[in-house]
Amino acid sequence: MRLPLWHLTLASIRNRGLATGLTLVAIALSVALLLGVERLRNDARASFANSVSGTDLIAGARGGPVSLLLYSVFHIGDATQDVDAARVDALRRHKEVAWLVPLSLGDSHRGYRVVGTTTGFFAHVRTGDRQPLRFAAGQAFDGVFDAVVGAEVAEALGYAPGARIVLSHGAGEFSAAEHADKPFTVTGVLARTGTPIDRSVLVGLAAIEAIHLDWQGGSRIPGVEIPARFVSKFDLTPRRVTAALIGLERRTAVFRLQREINASAGEPLMAILPGVTLDELWRVVGGVERALLAVSAFVVAVGLAGLVATVVSSLSARRRELAILRALGAGPGDIFVLLMSESVLLATAGGMLGVLLLWALSAGLAPWLMARHGVQLVPRLLDQRESMWLAAVVVAAVLASLVPAWRAYRYSLADGMTVRL
Amino acid sequence: MSADAVSLSALRYRWPGAARACLDIADFTLAAGERLFLHGPSGSGKTTLLSLIGGVLRPEGGKLRVLGTELAALGGPRRDRFRADHIGIIFQQFNLIPYLSGADNIALPCRFSPLRAQRAGNVSAAVARLAAHLDLPAGLLARPAAELSVGQQQRVAAARALIGAPALVIADEPTSSLDAARQDAFLALLLAECTAAGASLLFVSHDLRLAGRFDRQAALTELNHAAEVEA
Repeated sequence: MRLPLWHLTLASIRNRGLATGLTLVAIALSVALLLGVERLRNDARASFANSVSGTDLIAGARGGPVSLLLYSVFHIGDATQDVDAARVDALRRHKEVAWLVPLSLGDSHRGYRVVGTTTGFFAHVRTGDRQPLRFAAGQAFDGVFDAVVGAEVAEALGYAPGARIVLSHGAGEFSAAEHADKPFTVTGVLARTGTPIDRSVLVGLAAIEAIHLDWQGGSRIPGVEIPARFVSKFDLTPRRVTAALIGLERRTAVFRLQREINASAGEPLMAILPGVTLDELWRVVGGVERALLAVSAFVVAVGLAGLVATVVSSLSARRRELAILRALGAGPGDIFVLLMSESVLLATAGGMLGVLLLWALSAGLAPWLMARHGVQLVPRLLDQRESMWLAAVVVAAVLASLVPAWRAYRYSLADGMTVRL
Repeated sequence: MSADAVSLSALRYRWPGAARACLDIADFTLAAGERLFLHGPSGSGKTTLLSLIGGVLRPEGGKLRVLGTELAALGGPRRDRFRADHIGIIFQQFNLIPYLSGADNIALPCRFSPLRAQRAGNVSAAVARLAAHLDLPAGLLARPAAELSVGQQQRVAAARALIGAPALVIADEPTSSLDAARQDAFLALLLAECTAAGASLLFVSHDLRLAGRFDRQAALTELNHAAEVEA
């Protein structure tokens, strides 16, 4: 005879609509927060890992490995130093190196980073689950003033092959110094990858040299102006690059080559393993993540405490009701189950509401997160990890519900069929 | 049914922690089908006696046979089941679960006792029949119990005590919250329904004016040797 208790449970919950509704909202919000933090953390890691798939080593000026990874791949922060292009070129000819893609950073286009590179970028860079880059429209750059834009850039600024764009000096969103004298033509738009490439404008290394022919130390050389049509008369071989992505013939050689690069004579170079450096990055931010998770777990605990408080405070008003149920034949066990199922039902409903809330929120915020922070949220209701968290919340709710249920049990034993207050 | 509805002898009960017994009854019988008025002023151990007969409390000693079953020998859950199956109870007031409708309140014992549900047959038909007998319009039954008047609530409580034909109905001061005119009407309905259902009625009240309408009357103060002497 458990069915009748359900009927009572639902009627009793309906009876205390407002308090119950507010409790439900509190639990839903706390669960959405907890699962949201967990989702953001996992998806951020997955997005970052997706951006470096297929690259075995990243070489750059000596400094912090994490900062090299951040500015070369994720466009976060700036390179403080660049490296000799000839050194990088020498590396390309190393017998263990299968491919090498140089990167030259420092310019921007309306807030998007400009990446000077070679056409090898399109052939070798992998994203996601080792997927090669694809063109959604057009093709790779060919001439000096050709550019390829990422999916996000094309979408946000409405670019298609044939569009004319002007690059700016420096990475600021409102850069005053523009390379207006040397406009570029978009030749291709890349398909969406869910990585920082979507927010990049890719040009040839020669283009970077060309737009800086009449510049020195970050500003225009007064009185010198070299029109675009004359740049071919200059030597556009790059002298400095920011970093290089390297793919190896055999992955087993990765540590040996890393040591070799780090120990090489001349201008100090550094090579990092992107995966290892990412792990290092996660170790750094891991403490913050754990703190966030702990805070959200506490918020859930507060939500559950609110639930228990609501049910417990309703109990004294319900002693008479419990006594009536006892008189009708309900055992103390029935009373226990009644109160228990009431709290557990509320907590579970709150949890499910929280999942729906998170689903709606992440659907709404995904484009913004992608555009501003390069974190791709995978659309889903609940994954395995999150289900575990939700299950933990429900288990906590069951434990918390023992409090009112036990109290009601004690009341019903003490009161019997009459309320002795 | 040949057995008495209630048969006690040498029944003693002491509240946990209390120094002396609050109930000590040498002998008491309620015959099957009998309608008994038990005069019980407050302090006479009325609540305790009803809780014992209802199987909520367990006697310290003595015999406690209800409808031929020795209640003292049953464990807690079986006493709860026995109460659900065989006893209908009406309190002084606040008898109903406030957030359930009148009809749901009447049907409630059938939810706790499959036996009473079975005896009632079609539960909603049984609810409608009892409600009609007790002058409760159908429109009233759909409303939450908290919206009914006290008199209506007591009639709903009576219908709830009678549904599924329990062999014993216990009424604890059911008329004390009603005015005189309604008391009479309610008592007439209750007695008629118990007679029609063949149920024994144990009616406890301090109001001796009602006693004349019952088959027999007894005084708890005389039965209970442990009763406190009251003015």
